[in-house]
Amino acid sequence: MAKPAPTRTPMREQDPGVRARNFDEVPHGYSPEEAAAEAQRCLRCKKPTCVNGCPVEVDIPGFIGAIAEGRLWDAMTVMKRTNVLPAICGRVCPQETQCEGECVLAKKMEPVAIGNLERFIADWEAEQNECVMCEKLPPTGRKVAVIGAGPAGLTVAGDCLKFGHEVTVFEALHAPGGVLVYGIPEFRLPKSIVEREVNFIRDTGAKLVTNFVVGMTRTIAELLEDFDAVFVGTGAGRPWFMELPGENALGIYSANEYLTRSNLMKAYLFPEYDTPIVRGKRVATIGGGNVAMDSARTALRLGAEESIIVYRRSRQEMPAREAEIHHAEQEGIRFEFLTNPVRYVANKQGWVEALECLRMELGEPDASGRRRPVPVKGSEFRIPVDTVVVAIGNSPNPLIPQTTPGLEVSKRGTIVVDPATGRTSKKGVFAGGDIVTGAATVILAMGAGRIAANSIDEYLKTGNWQDPTGSQ
Amino acid sequence: MSRILKKELLAPGIKRFELDAPDVARKARPGQFVVLRIHERGERIPLTIADTRPEDGVVVIVFLEVGKTTRELGELEAGQEIMDFIGPLGRPSEIENFGTAVCVAGGVGTPEIYPVARALKQAGNRVIAIIGFRSQALVTMETEMRSVSDELIVTTDDGSYGRKGFVTDALNELLARGEKPGRVFAVGPVIMMKMVAECTRAAGVPTVASLNPIMVDATGMCGVCRCTVGGEMKLACVDGPEFDAHQVDFDELLTRLKVYLPEEKRALEHWQEGHGTCRCAGKEAGNG
Ligand SMILES: Cc1cc2nc3c(=O)[nH]c(=O)nc-3n(C[C@H](O)[C@H](O)[C@H](O)COP(=O)(O)OP(=O)(O)OC[C@H]3O[C@@H](n4cnc5c(N)ncnc54)[C@H](O)[C@@H]3O)c2cc1C
Ligand SMILES: Cc1cc2nc3c(=O)[nH]c(=O)nc-3n(C[C@H](O)[C@H](O)[C@H](O)COP(=O)(O)OP(=O)(O)OC[C@H]3O[C@@H](n4cnc5c(N)ncnc54)[C@H](O)[C@@H]3O)c2cc1C
Ligand code: SF4
Ligand code: SF4
Ligand code: FES
Repeated sequence: MAKPAPTRTPMREQDPGVRARNFDEVPHGYSPEEAAAEAQRCLRCKKPTCVNGCPVEVDIPGFIGAIAEGRLWDAMTVMKRTNVLPAICGRVCPQETQCEGECVLAKKMEPVAIGNLERFIADWEAEQNECVMCEKLPPTGRKVAVIGAGPAGLTVAGDCLKFGHEVTVFEALHAPGGVLVYGIPEFRLPKSIVEREVNFIRDTGAKLVTNFVVGMTRTIAELLEDFDAVFVGTGAGRPWFMELPGENALGIYSANEYLTRSNLMKAYLFPEYDTPIVRGKRVATIGGGNVAMDSARTALRLGAEESIIVYRRSRQEMPAREAEIHHAEQEGIRFEFLTNPVRYVANKQGWVEALECLRMELGEPDASGRRRPVPVKGSEFRIPVDTVVVAIGNSPNPLIPQTTPGLEVSKRGTIVVDPATGRTSKKGVFAGGDIVTGAATVILAMGAGRIAANSIDEYLKTGNWQDPTGSQ
Repeated sequence: MSRILKKELLAPGIKRFELDAPDVARKARPGQFVVLRIHERGERIPLTIADTRPEDGVVVIVFLEVGKTTRELGELEAGQEIMDFIGPLGRPSEIENFGTAVCVAGGVGTPEIYPVARALKQAGNRVIAIIGFRSQALVTMETEMRSVSDELIVTTDDGSYGRKGFVTDALNELLARGEKPGRVFAVGPVIMMKMVAECTRAAGVPTVASLNPIMVDATGMCGVCRCTVGGEMKLACVDGPEFDAHQVDFDELLTRLKVYLPEEKRALEHWQEGHGTCRCAGKEAGNG
């Protein structure tokens, strides 16, 4: 095999100046030729280290090899064996810390663009008028209720259908997809792609019930009267605030609210769509993760003249995907690193008009291994703003734990499961995704869904239930 | 999807719908609410569950036409469908035997408090209800309220019906004549609930108010409905909507309700332009 080119095949993108004002997807995707060229860079290692970096162990050399040889249907078949949502993962996985981070090439040059190729093959399949249907086993007559139509729930639904079980998905919002529809913006993950993946699961036979809040509309105990097993994939819901003085001033949003209004409710199309959003001119977003990048970039697209990210550590420590940070920088987002808000200043009408901050410096490493930011005395300064988005994380949605006696919950509010099986402390009830781990990633939620689906299948076949929290 | 089974005009700008929503009807308790979205482009708005008939799968809502969404809702007719109808949401009212319970409602708060008053009566309370309106034309649900109350006081701001004055005047009189209610429930405009809280604070009467902040998801996910109660942040959709009225920061709630005033005006104008008709009736009715 020829020596791979040192740099990866770039993906064409919208010009930063143009895209910062529209909601269309930023990268355009690979052409078949570009994909083939990039696929040629893969060494097809006998012991592929990249696979160790993928939480669902996609057969990376397998699918990339098929692309290199132009066998695109084969590539898709290989992919769907482990990953039912490749169009999504290709776009949103933090590849640099997962598969691509472990690629052997990464030591000497740019790693194979695994994510780009994954996205390519999924988009290619969508353009064909057929798709790789997963084979379904004969009907078992067993019924599974899946709560929450995010990545975890959709994975469980897909897998349980394959095993021949009847599946009903209950979703609280009016649209399925979880964070994929209400959180991640159109310019990063077009909603038509999520819809396509949801339709795939629906076409495979799942029943989808939206506008159904489990715990309120019906409890888990009631669902267990009609279903043989229940999977809880309700995600990390309740937003954290900074708990600083003035935080309820007008113009201060949680990222969840800001993004939900813009994405799910399409507030960027107001007044054609009814839901309003404040179109701030000077918007500060607090945080350094994907959620913060998404919020700050949404603010630009809503017409902000200045969109500022306020983060208490430095660029190096930001947990966001590298691609998102890079895109944000290109689009002209201003970064205030080593900066921590201490209070909000409001005007007489109650609107936020400034964010008072302290400069920080990095001290000793903390529990997460990152250097702990410590405030610099007397460094207070104000950033004038008219809108603030707080993007510092979420805690698990408490509705289900509160309404389900016998369901063990950790101090942090997450549902306790046996990680090997996804079983909770309540018989017949499984859980996975952000509701178990706290805010994590799409692919981890899917991985947890896969594990739970396998043990749901086993439980439905054998009827065996061991207390996962008991001694073993 | 939920079908409108019956539509009634209770007073100018106040409409009552019976809807086919068996899942909601089966679980609803007094004090809970629904969120609805009329169509694909619509916003999500919360409305209190004003009554249910679980046997028939019926849920009743009563709403005041104040802005774009409630007016558009008011134009729907029996037989038509509402795209999204979600509930029941929020924590139910705490119903027990308090001895004497007083229900204070203003405007469209009256149909909202009706199921609470009925449940209090069934729980053995002596129920005193005070319902207030701007004027006679807006008086609603008087008969129903009378049927679940031991004593009913109707007030109008202009004195055109019942006692002239505000609900708080009537409440003050009750307290002055020596009534010792175990609990007061207040539902209505924020300013009214704030005044009720002031009345009962001095008398030390436990009081709950049903808060009505702006909401989106109403599942505790977005944080827009945050209110300050006893110095702590609470989400009205999952921690409420009822809270200890003596602990609520009503002024903050009043301010937060104003965040979208320019957009609300624009939405209404945009809709009316596309619509061509003058909708003066709704305007006259005003805000509760
Ligand atoms: C803005 C944003 C950007 C992100 N970017 C990335 C990224 O680039 N890459 C990445 O890997 N990860 C990213 N993440 C994280 C990722 O989206 C989540 O880890 C993942 O979606 C978790 O999946 P889940 O299925 O556990 O839960 P969710 O996606 O949260 O889905 C849970 C679903 O359950 C529903 N639900 C909740 N309660 C109930 C109930 N009682 N009854 C019925 N339904 C209920 C919710 O409405 C929701 O639809 C991002 C998250 C956000 C918010
Ligand atoms: C728990 C709860 C129960 C309610 N029950 C009833 C009821 O039974 N009957 C009734 O007539 N009204 C009720 N309301 C108020 C009702 O939701 C608003 O009148 C309605 O949303 C106004 O929408 P609009 O587009 O017609 O008016 P707009 O012109 O958009 O708004 C008018 C005013 O309504 C409030 N409002 C706007 N959007 C929302 C929103 N998404 N959520 C909450 N408030 C909003 C604001 O104060 C605004 O200034 C309730 C509110 C809450 C929170
Ligand atoms: S699923 Fe994610 S981590 Fe796994 S190979 Fe694909 S992009 Fe990489
Ligand atoms: S480690 Fe890199 S080169 Fe090796 S198989 Fe994986 S992607 Fe290809
Ligand atoms: S309405 Fe979103 S958290 Fe209450």
